[in-house]
Amino acid sequence: MSLDLVQMILATVLAAATPLIIAALGELVAERAGVLNLGVEGMMVCGAALGFAAAVETGSTLAGALAGIGAGMALAALFGVLTVGLAANQVASGLALTILGLGLSGLAGAGYVGLKREPAPHLAVPGLSDLPGVGRLLFGQDGFVYAALALAVAVSWFLWRTRAGLILRAIGDDAAATHSLGLPVRGVRFLAVLFGGGCAGLAGSYLSLAYTPFWTPAMTAGRGWIALALVVFASWRPARVVGGAVLFGGATVLQLHAQASGIGLPGQLLSALPYLATILALVLLSLGRRRGGSLAPAALGRDFTPHR
Amino acid sequence: MRLDLVPRGHRSPVVEALSPALAFLAAVLVGGVAVSLLGVSPAAAFSVYFIAPLSELWSLQEIAIKAAPLALIATGLAFCYRANLWNIGAEGQFVVGGLAGGMVAIATHGSTGATFWILPAMLAAGTLAGIAYAMIPALLRVKLGVSEILTSLMLVYVAELLLDYMARGPLRDPAGFNFPQSVTFDDAARLPSLMEGDTLHAGVLVTLAAVGLAVVVLGRSLFGFEMRVVGASPRAARFAGFGAERLTLAAFAISGGAAGLAGIVEVAGRIGQLQPTISPGYGFTAIIVAFLGRLSPVGILVAALVIALTTIGGEAAQIDLRLPLDLTRAFQGLLLGLVLGADVLTRFKVRLVPGAAR
Repeated sequence: MSLDLVQMILATVLAAATPLIIAALGELVAERAGVLNLGVEGMMVCGAALGFAAAVETGSTLAGALAGIGAGMALAALFGVLTVGLAANQVASGLALTILGLGLSGLAGAGYVGLKREPAPHLAVPGLSDLPGVGRLLFGQDGFVYAALALAVAVSWFLWRTRAGLILRAIGDDAAATHSLGLPVRGVRFLAVLFGGGCAGLAGSYLSLAYTPFWTPAMTAGRGWIALALVVFASWRPARVVGGAVLFGGATVLQLHAQASGIGLPGQLLSALPYLATILALVLLSLGRRRGGSLAPAALGRDFTPHR
Repeated sequence: MRLDLVPRGHRSPVVEALSPALAFLAAVLVGGVAVSLLGVSPAAAFSVYFIAPLSELWSLQEIAIKAAPLALIATGLAFCYRANLWNIGAEGQFVVGGLAGGMVAIATHGSTGATFWILPAMLAAGTLAGIAYAMIPALLRVKLGVSEILTSLMLVYVAELLLDYMARGPLRDPAGFNFPQSVTFDDAARLPSLMEGDTLHAGVLVTLAAVGLAVVVLGRSLFGFEMRVVGASPRAARFAGFGAERLTLAAFAISGGAAGLAGIVEVAGRIGQLQPTISPGYGFTAIIVAFLGRLSPVGILVAALVIALTTIGGEAAQIDLRLPLDLTRAFQGLLLGLVLGADVLTRFKVRLVPGAAR
């Protein structure tokens, strides 16, 4: 295999991994604060619809990405009011958010089905982007890819190197104890949920603005759910999210190549591979952790209401 | 200003019954605003969604046929959700049940002689397949501690792809001009119609029987009591010596079996053959129904009828008022969210503390 072919394959793997990285990092922060938001798929698909609509209307990819973030945050705010404010069941509220998001995205995107626009521009650094073997991979991606990697570094730094990050993790481990220290449990949780929603919306807008530059209903195709699995798989650590997303991206690309080359397996089996791989990854992870106990934030999924 | 939630000492049955109704009312109001934003008179939309389907015999039958699988699946899910187990893969169990039962019908297609056993065998195969499919996430959770939420959901996609493959490949009708569908089932493999020449089929009776059974089991048996205790207080359940592992497997078996049965009832009742897709998302809508019905079998029956009404109304609104079907889906999602939010009223007294710091 030539060097350029390897580079091309790696670039497509990274492109497939990018939405998973962004969405999973957002969910990771929310879960580190103790809130399990199963509505990632719904926020993501709304980000894709509104992001594409805004980009078409304004002609700007950046405006599209911002609209995607806004859409994700708006839905997340609704979820936050329900689960953080009113202590509603997080699992069921997340499912409601997914159903609502799928419906709303269909409404918002109805006028934009079949439209196409230029995919988000790729970086071009004179000299560097043309380096043989690594140039396109390192210096020729679109802005979303760099944003995703920067986000991973930023989230990691925030959670383990800042006071606010320490507070957030403490709230996710024991809300009552942090509350008795006078820390704003519900405020932090709400902000973490908002951040998760913004990330999911951005990940969705990547799909409709860069990955496949058009809108089709339900185009996220379960990626939001895979992002949720990725957070577990990564045992709530940002660096492992990136590694896991690249593995899943690789499985997706492999499946696409296998379908194109027609290796005699039914297409449906290949399409099922990413989902089966997710289950397998979760199983392997728990097998490796039989003795170590759970790494999940201790208060994950538990609502908190201060008693006065 | 600060919002305080003060836990209620005991739950008031009046508030418990009122809160889903209140949520429904709020969802209808929001829906009315959305409809008028789409340029349609809310009054006209209300009449198409909620009144017109109730005024004709055929649409009443459609409501019953759509509500039947929803209520059956949701009743099974109530066992899981009461025990705080999150089987969200009922859609996959539904599909697998329809596929397995349908394969019995296809294997016995055109057989002569005694055929009375075919329909019961189909229903049994569908139920067993649903149970077996639900055992995958249940066993992974019990034995390995894998989150049942994610595995059960992932298996939905796998089941849908499996049915798609089978209907286009091995089970395709060889004389069917390459259409991706199986042979049309024999009469012996179809659920009988309840009204001569009409669409209402015996699947509705299956649901009513299951709901009746669930009322007894949940309300009057030790098993139902154990289920409630495990969900309400896992610690108390451990002290009482209830086997969490056994209850988890049982809850998944019940919900998977109910979904599988609903799947084969749909195939043997309405569809009459296997196709690449057999469900318009019943398994997911049933989750809404389960919560809207407050996880009680009778409540679920009512909720299933309401959701079926909005679905039929949504289809009519698409034709009559050109309102998109996604509006119905968004409405149902919003409704579930509001039901969960209104639940706070039953658990807490909500107090506004003016002037206080957050």
